[in-house]
Amino acid sequence: MDVNAYIESGILELYVAGQLSEQENQEIYELTQKHPEILQEVLAIETALSKLSEEVAPSTVGFDSIKRQIDDTSKVIELKPKTTNWISYTGWAASVILAIGLFWALNTKNTLQENIQTVTSEKEQLEILIEVARNDLANTKDLLNSIRAKDILAIPLGGQGDFTDTFAKVYWNKADNTIYLDAQGLPNAPEGKVWQVWSLTLNPLTPTSLGTIDDFNTDDNKIFAIANDNESQAFGITLEPKGGSEAPTMEQLYTLGVVNATP
Amino acid sequence: MADLDTLVKRFQQKDIDAFEKLYNMYSKSIHGVVYNIVRDAAISDELMQDVFIKAWNNADSYSSSKGRFFTWILNIARNAAIDKTRSKTFKQSKQNLNTDFFVDIIAGNDNFEEKTDAIGIKKYVNQLGEKCKTIIEFLYFKGFTQKETAETLAIPVGTIKTRNRNCIQKLRDMVL
Repeated sequence: MDVNAYIESGILELYVAGQLSEQENQEIYELTQKHPEILQEVLAIETALSKLSEEVAPSTVGFDSIKRQIDDTSKVIELKPKTTNWISYTGWAASVILAIGLFWALNTKNTLQENIQTVTSEKEQLEILIEVARNDLANTKDLLNSIRAKDILAIPLGGQGDFTDTFAKVYWNKADNTIYLDAQGLPNAPEGKVWQVWSLTLNPLTPTSLGTIDDFNTDDNKIFAIANDNESQAFGITLEPKGGSEAPTMEQLYTLGVVNATP
Repeated sequence: MADLDTLVKRFQQKDIDAFEKLYNMYSKSIHGVVYNIVRDAAISDELMQDVFIKAWNNADSYSSSKGRFFTWILNIARNAAIDKTRSKTFKQSKQNLNTDFFVDIIAGNDNFEEKTDAIGIKKYVNQLGEKCKTIIEFLYFKGFTQKETAETLAIPVGTIKTRNRNCIQKLRDMVL
């Protein structure tokens, strides 16, 4: 390209004055990079116009006032993120407090629910105890009524042989053929042994088994209702091997009591 | 001019020392351009500073491929000054804008701080022909288009470019 003709065209003066399109500006910028003469020309035009305009300026303003203004604006800019941070910290703090609060509330709720469950099960246990006590009371009343009945025979059974410190009592209701054995004076049956109750006739001496007391050790009041339709003249209690025996083992006869004549 | 390119790059990276150097290079020219439009010393002082702060805040938007750095600031300055003359408060305070050209201001400026070469400029600028004064006033100081300038001078648009070139050549002989 003819660089001189390009320079002479006057386009560079328009370039410095800012009169050209973006595309033209781009082209001239590239030419200034390629052709130093063009760049030199641009600089000369720029310097001339710049010097001319300086003469029009009414005064000179130092950079200090500019510096103050951009310091002020940069301070304002710096303050913004600080404010944002403060808000964001507050936000984080609030969410942490909220999280702790929620956790605490949930924990308290769980504890309270556990308490309610505990109280509920305690209540159920108490209800069961009350029921048991009522049943006991009813049973005891029945027992007392049975023993107090008019035609009851009371037969004390005394300790025999080596077992003189043991005792028992039999309450015999002939009307309904039931004896009530109060065996509180007997020890618990040892492992593998069981108490067996006998009805006896004396002449000749004939024992009849009334059965074994299998639940002796676990029974609370040690009073046992036993069916008896024999014409018993005496009652005895022996300790027998588990399952009971056909005939009483006389060495293990703990208590014995004779039925007195009708009172 | 590698130095200027480096300076502009540092300016764009918010280097305040680079900004100060560029300011010292161009602030007085920009001040003159602004004053020539608003014709009020106090307003032009303020506007010129606004222009440089605007340039500082928008430094990223400048690219050397789009034009000279000087031209970029010149454009910001002309736009800011013209906006100012269009504002309501400005119109109320300045009913009749002085129709003098930049040359009249230069001739009227009686400043003791002026460098000695300014005396030469003052002396020579008045020797520019009326057409040169008008073309430089319009194309450069006011930022009018070639068409607007041609219409004012009643000459063909095609002749504006070469005529402007000749006028600036004369100016270069005076100031450089």
